[in-house]
Amino acid sequence: MLALKLAFRNLMGARLRTWLNVFVLSLAFVLVIWFKGVLNGWDRQARRETINWQIGGGQYWQENYDPYDPFTIEDSHALLTDSIQKEIGQGHLTPMLISQATIYPQGRIQNVKLQGVDPNQKILALPSEYLNTTDGGIPAMIGERTARNSKLSIGDFVTIRWRDANGTFDADEIRIVHIFKTDVGTMDMGVVWIPLKKHQEMMRLSNSATILTTAQEAGFRGPFTGWDFKDHAYLLKEIEAMIETKSIGGIVMFLFLMSLAMLAIFDTQVLSIFRRQKEIGTQIALGMTRPQVVTLFTIEGAMHSVFAAILAAIYGAPLLALQAKVGWKMPAGTDDFGLTISETIYPAYSVGLVLGTTLLVMITTTIVSYLPARRIAKMNPTDAIRGKIQ
Amino acid sequence: MHNSAIITIQNLVKDYPIGGGSFRALSDISLQIGQGEFIGLVGPSGSGKTTLLNIIGALDNPTAGHTEVLGHTIENLSHRQAARLRNSYLGFIFQTYNLLPVYNVYENVEFPLLLLKKSQNERRELTLRALEWVGLTDKIKSRPAQLSGGECQRVAIARAMVKQPQVVLADEPTANLDAANSHHILQTMAKLNTELKTTFIFATHDDKVIGYLRRKVSLADGHVIKDENIVQS
Repeated sequence: MLALKLAFRNLMGARLRTWLNVFVLSLAFVLVIWFKGVLNGWDRQARRETINWQIGGGQYWQENYDPYDPFTIEDSHALLTDSIQKEIGQGHLTPMLISQATIYPQGRIQNVKLQGVDPNQKILALPSEYLNTTDGGIPAMIGERTARNSKLSIGDFVTIRWRDANGTFDADEIRIVHIFKTDVGTMDMGVVWIPLKKHQEMMRLSNSATILTTAQEAGFRGPFTGWDFKDHAYLLKEIEAMIETKSIGGIVMFLFLMSLAMLAIFDTQVLSIFRRQKEIGTQIALGMTRPQVVTLFTIEGAMHSVFAAILAAIYGAPLLALQAKVGWKMPAGTDDFGLTISETIYPAYSVGLVLGTTLLVMITTTIVSYLPARRIAKMNPTDAIRGKIQ
Repeated sequence: MHNSAIITIQNLVKDYPIGGGSFRALSDISLQIGQGEFIGLVGPSGSGKTTLLNIIGALDNPTAGHTEVLGHTIENLSHRQAARLRNSYLGFIFQTYNLLPVYNVYENVEFPLLLLKKSQNERRELTLRALEWVGLTDKIKSRPAQLSGGECQRVAIARAMVKQPQVVLADEPTANLDAANSHHILQTMAKLNTELKTTFIFATHDDKVIGYLRRKVSLADGHVIKDENIVQS
């Protein structure tokens, strides 16, 4: 209690020196929390967007389908049995057929993944209703990235060439009826969306599909022969890996910020112990024990972090809340990185994040304050009283 | 010899290590100091007076010999016991005042009472009384940097006296003061010595201080060369 009282008095007495340290440390608090909040927000948005746009409540993959092996696509289709049809009818599943094709925008050759989707599906955020048209050509929909790469606009006709299930090459014209925007790159880059029925007809794969996506609230609908169910844990594996990589980057950034703040505290403590030798000697002469003085200096250092937490709460909380509301606009072109990244990232702060960071900073500050303070125990009080450098 | 001795020093030796050898700062010192004395350890620089004062103040340990202060054997005290002795029974006044720079006058004087865990009311009462003794009640909010040298030393006296210690150890208290301020603080200390029966031990070579002493112990090269009582006119 005495050490707390004296430490408080010393810090208040040191005025500007104290508040400079407190401000630097509070910046570390706010920046660490903000940075971790941005990563959290990004993670949450990436998961949510991937679920909304791509994987719903999980997917059934035709047993041969391997998205990483294009050679499997040719054989990755199966008939939609009655039980599957029933689930589709009840809105629990939506089928997709996947094949390879080539388009020729402005005479150039471009390989694409042709995906057939039910224009009336409601399970995914994909605006497939635009495919409900019969006005000339095969109605097709592409994402903004593909449109940019292939220089296609709404209303453009483009030749498409594919090989059907019997191995016969065929060609036709697709008409771009809609260009959509999504943060999920795999739904966009190099993908051309057409109506499922038309796709089945083109491939001569009537009533067949490659993937069955379940509604978010439906999830696993029981086993279907020839289909493997992939849950969120499996389908979000890549995002998890990406988040893990980002977390490592986050830790590096966190360590960097913390090091800066701790350096300020460490420096202040070392400087204090040299500058305040006379004071330390006087305190010992007046009856303080050396452990009491070490405790006093350690608490002084640790108290910086308490004040910093309060200051950070005063100016940081509104700033962080505002940032969480208006978000952080990503620079143009970041959607081409191949990562699921929104135009605007909304940082997400949890109680755990704030308390965890606060606790961590306080513990680290206390340790950093204690290390130089140990030197006091080795001081000769008679030399300290005279202010003789030891 | 003093029958009511509160400090007894017998054959005290203090060596400091220097390079491979050692330097003898005090050699075979024997001394007794009684309650209420106003005594000076007098001698030139390097005579050992500050070293002796530090040993009496339990800030340093003797190399050999026996030192007893208020019933505590200095050479046997642990750090904690030495701190308790200083805290409860001894007051210190330094040449350079050694006030805590971030505290104001009131807080500086109050400091020893905080260590003694006195209540807030008691602290206030004792602190204001000590400041009255030295005539600084109008400066309680001032910081040391805003005070003159004489005022700083008066704060240091108040800090040493606030807990009414049995012994006050003053190391060259007037060295940084002009004649007028020196006499002022010496008069203050002499008055407190008379009124409170506090023992004052000075380490000094200042004639102004010597003029106030009632006993003068002269030191040279670590030896007591003369111990005389002075009758004040």
